[in-house]
Amino acid sequence: MSVLVYTESLKGKFKKNAFEVASYAYKVAQELGTTVTAVAFNAEDEASLGNYGVSKVLKVSDDALSTFNAKAYADVLAQAANKEDAKVIVLSSSSDTKFLAPILTAKLSAGYVPNVVAAPESTSPFVVKRTAFSNKGFAITEISSDIKIIGVSSNAFGIVENNVSASVEDLSANLVDGAFNVKSVEVDRVVGKATIADADIVVSGGRGLKGPENWGMVEELADVLGAATACSKPVSDMGWRPHSEHVGQTGKPVASNLYIAIGISGAIQHLAGINASKVKVVINNDPEAPFFKAADYGVVGDAFEVVPQLIEKLKEFKAQNA
Amino acid sequence: MKILVCISNVPDTTSKINFTEGDTKFDTNGVQFVINPNDEFGLTRAMWFKEKQGATVHVVNVGGAQTEPTIRKALAIGADEAIRINAEPTDGFFVAQQLAEVVKNGSYDLVIAGRESIDYNGGMVPGILATLLDMNFVNTCIGLEIDGNNATAVREIDGGKEKISTTLPLVIGGQKGLVEESDLRIPNMRGIMMARKKTLNVVEPIDAAQHTQDQKFEKPAAKGPVKLVDAGNIGELVELLHNEAKVI
Repeated sequence: MSVLVYTESLKGKFKKNAFEVASYAYKVAQELGTTVTAVAFNAEDEASLGNYGVSKVLKVSDDALSTFNAKAYADVLAQAANKEDAKVIVLSSSSDTKFLAPILTAKLSAGYVPNVVAAPESTSPFVVKRTAFSNKGFAITEISSDIKIIGVSSNAFGIVENNVSASVEDLSANLVDGAFNVKSVEVDRVVGKATIADADIVVSGGRGLKGPENWGMVEELADVLGAATACSKPVSDMGWRPHSEHVGQTGKPVASNLYIAIGISGAIQHLAGINASKVKVVINNDPEAPFFKAADYGVVGDAFEVVPQLIEKLKEFKAQNA
Repeated sequence: MKILVCISNVPDTTSKINFTEGDTKFDTNGVQFVINPNDEFGLTRAMWFKEKQGATVHVVNVGGAQTEPTIRKALAIGADEAIRINAEPTDGFFVAQQLAEVVKNGSYDLVIAGRESIDYNGGMVPGILATLLDMNFVNTCIGLEIDGNNATAVREIDGGKEKISTTLPLVIGGQKGLVEESDLRIPNMRGIMMARKKTLNVVEPIDAAQHTQDQKFEKPAAKGPVKLVDAGNIGELVELLHNEAKVI
């Protein structure tokens, strides 16, 4: 009864969260005195998962699964769980995985807890800590079902190297009838740019930037840092930036290492959404802005003067540390 | 077309979150409850289907009698009828099983739920519901068109979006994008008056398993004071982020 982990890949390459969930699964497997089995779809270099504690990789190669399909992937994961007699399944918090997780939960009649931020507090009973109230609090939750599914919050547990040698086995999947009744017609994904979901650094702009024409410097700052760009709710509501950049309670959550807020006052809904970020920097000309209470570092000043300087200084820093 | 919109009764987004009874319960004292924002985008989209395509719209909530003002608000916005399943929604699997019973009995073509409630953030109810009933399912749905039995949905993915083609019966986990913020409706007096006369059926829950239990809650650790950097000395910020915070 190994611990099963779904390791996501994109165009054959494992995503960063694959290594994080593998690390988490290894921790759980150690507690339970067992090993980790990963399931990888059409991925290359499967054995590399051994670096993060995976002992066995079930490799699924099927052209029908080259595009993500929640129902079909969930079905294959359920087959793998049965084959391995897995009682604990570890998943990430990506949007694809949050799509398949409830399907898998229903198939296995499992207990699913998403947004888990730390290794289990105990494994008998099985108790985990997760975020709740949109990052305004935490819940300590017991999973009482036979099969337990844990969705690990991104960038919370971290990537831990554990050198294990991983064997690779083919898993021939029986595709479920009707899986392709929900059919992907077109995928429109930004390539070659960090996304809010997995970026180490996120640079975000608010109403203080006065208009969409001023986003050039936000993008330039993001470029220098290799960061994803984001925005506050009013900015997306006014159509200055696309909805997909809206972070906050009703937008996307951010769990980056560094979050830089420019011209964002820090409404409670916004702060909830970015609370899981480790280090927060605020640049705002209003010293009374609530964001200063939530930030680690702050600059009281005009964004139009501070940001260009910051870009300059970061370029110098990069040049010195290249 | 018969639509069921699942609504959660949640604290308003501006609420400060506190816990009570030895941190085992959410403290509702002084908290204003609203329709879960993700559900409200879905409800508003359902009103569009009602007005443009003649759909019938029912709303359902799993909750105690205290949720009825929120259900009435959904009726005031324009839903035709409401159902309240008289149980506390403490576990996603439990809630999905309750809803499955209603969907089965009411033969709905389209079930619209939010991608997650903003209180417990389980994000599992629509997906479990769809799977229990073998209905098609699209999560993080930001666009939906129905033409006869065919549906075209747009799903938000990490770093972009995906266009999906599927058929009814369908369950979606919706969010902002299904309609815009500016499309949301504030009930008018006529709507509020009419809502009082609309049917609100209270049904008792079926026996269903709970797979998870929240034992305790915690608030995030208090934050230390912000370290201010002078606007004329931005080099220091870069220094701090590198040497102290170690994030660049």
